[in-house]
Amino acid sequence: MRNDKEKELIFEMSKPGRVAYSLPKNDVPEVDLSQLLPEHLTRKEAAELPEVSELQLVRHYTELSRRNHGIDNGFYPLGSCTMKYNPKVNEDMARLAGFAQVHPYQPEESVQGALELLYNLQGELAEITGMDAVTLQPAAGAAGEWTGLLLIRAYHESRGEKRTKVIVPNSAHGTNPASATIAGLETVTIPSDDRGLVDIEALRQAVGPDTAALMLTNPNTLGLFEEDIVEMAKIVHDAGGKLYYDGANANAILGIARPGDMGFDVVHLNLHKTFTGPHGGGGPGSGPVGVKKDLIPFLPKPMVAKKEDGSFTLDYNIPASIGRVKGFYGNFGILVRSYSYIRTMGPDGLLQVSENAVLNANYMMRKLAVAFELPFDRVCKHEFVLSGVRQKKQGVRTLDMAKRLLDFGYHPPTIYFPLIVEECLMIEPTETEAKETLDEFIEVLLQIARECEETPEIVQEAPHTTVVKRLDEATAARKPILRYQSDKAEK
Amino acid sequence: MTFRYLPTTEEDKKEMLDFLGVSSVDELFSDIPEEVRFQGMMKLDEALSEPDLVKFMSGLANKNANFTTHVNFLGAGTYQHYAPSTVNHMLLRGEFFTAYTPYQPEISQGELQAIFEFQTMVCELTGMEVANSSMYDGFTSMAEAAMMAAGHKGKKRVVVSKAVHPETRHVLSTYAYGQEVEVVEVDYTNEGVTDLDSLKVALQNDTAAVLVQYPNFFGSVEDLRALEEIVHAAGALLIVSANPVALGLLEAPGKLGADIVVGDMQPFGIPVSFGGPHCGYFATTSKLMRKMPGRIVGQTKDEDGKRGFVLTLQAREQHIRREKATSNICSNQALLALASSIALTGLGKQGVQEMAKMNVQKAYYAKQELAKVNGVEAVFEAPFFNEFVVKLPVSVSEANKVLLSKGIIGGYDLELAYPELYGHMLIAVTELRTKDEIDQLVKELEAIAHA
Repeated sequence: MRNDKEKELIFEMSKPGRVAYSLPKNDVPEVDLSQLLPEHLTRKEAAELPEVSELQLVRHYTELSRRNHGIDNGFYPLGSCTMKYNPKVNEDMARLAGFAQVHPYQPEESVQGALELLYNLQGELAEITGMDAVTLQPAAGAAGEWTGLLLIRAYHESRGEKRTKVIVPNSAHGTNPASATIAGLETVTIPSDDRGLVDIEALRQAVGPDTAALMLTNPNTLGLFEEDIVEMAKIVHDAGGKLYYDGANANAILGIARPGDMGFDVVHLNLHKTFTGPHGGGGPGSGPVGVKKDLIPFLPKPMVAKKEDGSFTLDYNIPASIGRVKGFYGNFGILVRSYSYIRTMGPDGLLQVSENAVLNANYMMRKLAVAFELPFDRVCKHEFVLSGVRQKKQGVRTLDMAKRLLDFGYHPPTIYFPLIVEECLMIEPTETEAKETLDEFIEVLLQIARECEETPEIVQEAPHTTVVKRLDEATAARKPILRYQSDKAEK
Repeated sequence: MTFRYLPTTEEDKKEMLDFLGVSSVDELFSDIPEEVRFQGMMKLDEALSEPDLVKFMSGLANKNANFTTHVNFLGAGTYQHYAPSTVNHMLLRGEFFTAYTPYQPEISQGELQAIFEFQTMVCELTGMEVANSSMYDGFTSMAEAAMMAAGHKGKKRVVVSKAVHPETRHVLSTYAYGQEVEVVEVDYTNEGVTDLDSLKVALQNDTAAVLVQYPNFFGSVEDLRALEEIVHAAGALLIVSANPVALGLLEAPGKLGADIVVGDMQPFGIPVSFGGPHCGYFATTSKLMRKMPGRIVGQTKDEDGKRGFVLTLQAREQHIRREKATSNICSNQALLALASSIALTGLGKQGVQEMAKMNVQKAYYAKQELAKVNGVEAVFEAPFFNEFVVKLPVSVSEANKVLLSKGIIGGYDLELAYPELYGHMLIAVTELRTKDEIDQLVKELEAIAHA
């Protein structure tokens, strides 16, 4: 499997005179461009872009794809990322000319189908989350967090209150505190207790007249449901704060428990996680935000509305709006895919999604607990964490075990997150994996645990079968090479 | 009902529950307090079979006029261009399509190399030294650039030209509200470019950065050389949002002194798709490299000395720095960056230039022909790329209604964003418009002008 040849860069394959395009002829009278553009604003040196034939292009990207692992290749239990199957029919739907070849500034009467889809999706996501209204504009989860926090800030300011503190548990995603900062708010971190849940006393101590919001993922990043949620909501609301729901883990609760019913005021969803938007190598995402009634006046504009005559319109008349958070109306193509998914599953299908995701996770957790430390011994939701502390005593780190999994054709779990668990492995199987796949993976992980005892060097030196071995990340950061330079250019 | 995405059979379920020693899946949810358990079924439409889904979705799609049913002259920030067929075929390979962020470089070399190549292409087009792996879109990319400049300079004030896309300015003001940065707008001239005198006045106060667009929202080519002198003399950074297609012909902003160049790669290989997903790009100087938002791919070596690629400079990012990160961006537009890389590989060094030139030729022809029409006035005399403004004797929204009935998607109604520009239509002409189509537009607008 290991291929000893370095893969050429596309620039290294180039040869002047080769092309992989076919533009139409210019059928208007030619004008001398120097008459149209000033000399100093006209390009002197052409951009050094590739020069290859079409087959060379195809082989290059095919070869690159073979050096990459996706869900279509094999199991991908990357915790908190919900690496579920990305349905093929959704791609066909997003590519319909009536969706893909439509301009966002066309007259409203010419885009009624697109607006209807957005309107319906706003409503379905509101129902799924138990919220009163949903904006589809944010581009990704982090953009949703920032949007939600700005909504909360605008709400407090509208009441003449200056509330600046966002309370975040120490198990939270890194985006939570980062989003708070760019929303102009300060983060207050509170600890988790020995159950792996928010320390309720610490929360009681942390709230006050400066509390803007509590940001919570539920189930949390340990895969555990915050069972004190009702009391937590009361503590925060009594202090005048709002509750923000990070929807990264919504795959556990569809049709089972809705953030709106738990007391949350603002919710974001990651459509590229729970609702099958393609992961795409790290994006595009989509991060719709749902709110309760009292936050509706501040939503980004435009919203999609239905008029009395039954037609659909973009509503810009939102005077207290925080404004735009993204160009146009969000990542429309992803919204089409997610709508297609929701229509494929229906309410009973979505319920089964969460039931099966949680069943799979509990099954794996208990099977693996024989060989790995289980830091929180309780029922989990759609994901769970293990600790590699036993293996660490044998001189093998979680990173090594993750690299060893590569030899077996698996993407490893999320590692070293959340930060509060030592040598952490965070495993999320999702509902789209067959039991046979789970059993095979469990077997391999148990084998690796045995290797840690018997032949630790096999694990420590992994991976053995990938196209490259472990890469020198320290040098990459110290002496960054962020672009290709031809030998000619370097001289 | 059995769902094709859910492989767990009743037998599987029983085996797993038996192993767990519980009698039903419901017991696995015993930690959720009864009072917040959802009762009954969510009020969602029932599941559709695949053929019914296709029929239903096609029904919605068919309600939309689109570029296959109408001739399109709308641009204003997102454009209909030629994309080689190879783009779609390559990016749909599941290895790319269904992978996530390349946190495990040994099995992500394909994605990482493709992004490294993307960063190189962005640097080549913009004339900048470093680029990141993508941003959400051109609008948020420019807003992030402004926030980065404010942070770098330690000055809470930026100046933006009114000839910058109105939605960029809207997104910017939302970011600025969050971080308490003051945004000052400067006007445009009768030529349709940023007013340099107003800019000089605006720069009398301490300013972190000046934001301009190239070509600007009216299609006019800003004189970056003149702008650069004024901006740098005032100690501010010059941030340029550039249409990458125009950079096939226009001088690279990096060569004209830009400090940060942003924009959207949508014109290269990404469908307009009702406004997204597109692909913001972000390029800057080596000096500002460590202040950049977003993921960055770097070249390195493996244990055997073989070339390989990794995510790098992660100490800037939210998963490491949390509240001190340079930005909160996590998911980006990686798949669209790949699409643009493939399109730029397809078009290549020669095709990008040829396409850019053809855009100017066709837009110039269209403007010239429209200027001949009685009642239609060509405004803004600055040089332009593939968009220009004409003034009609009627409102643009009325004109567009008529055009739509004739099978034409007309230009952007500038009055929507600039109340003073009644009747001003911003028309985009790309390489895909033929002479016949342009002549047809001229004929229809002539009829409208004379009606």
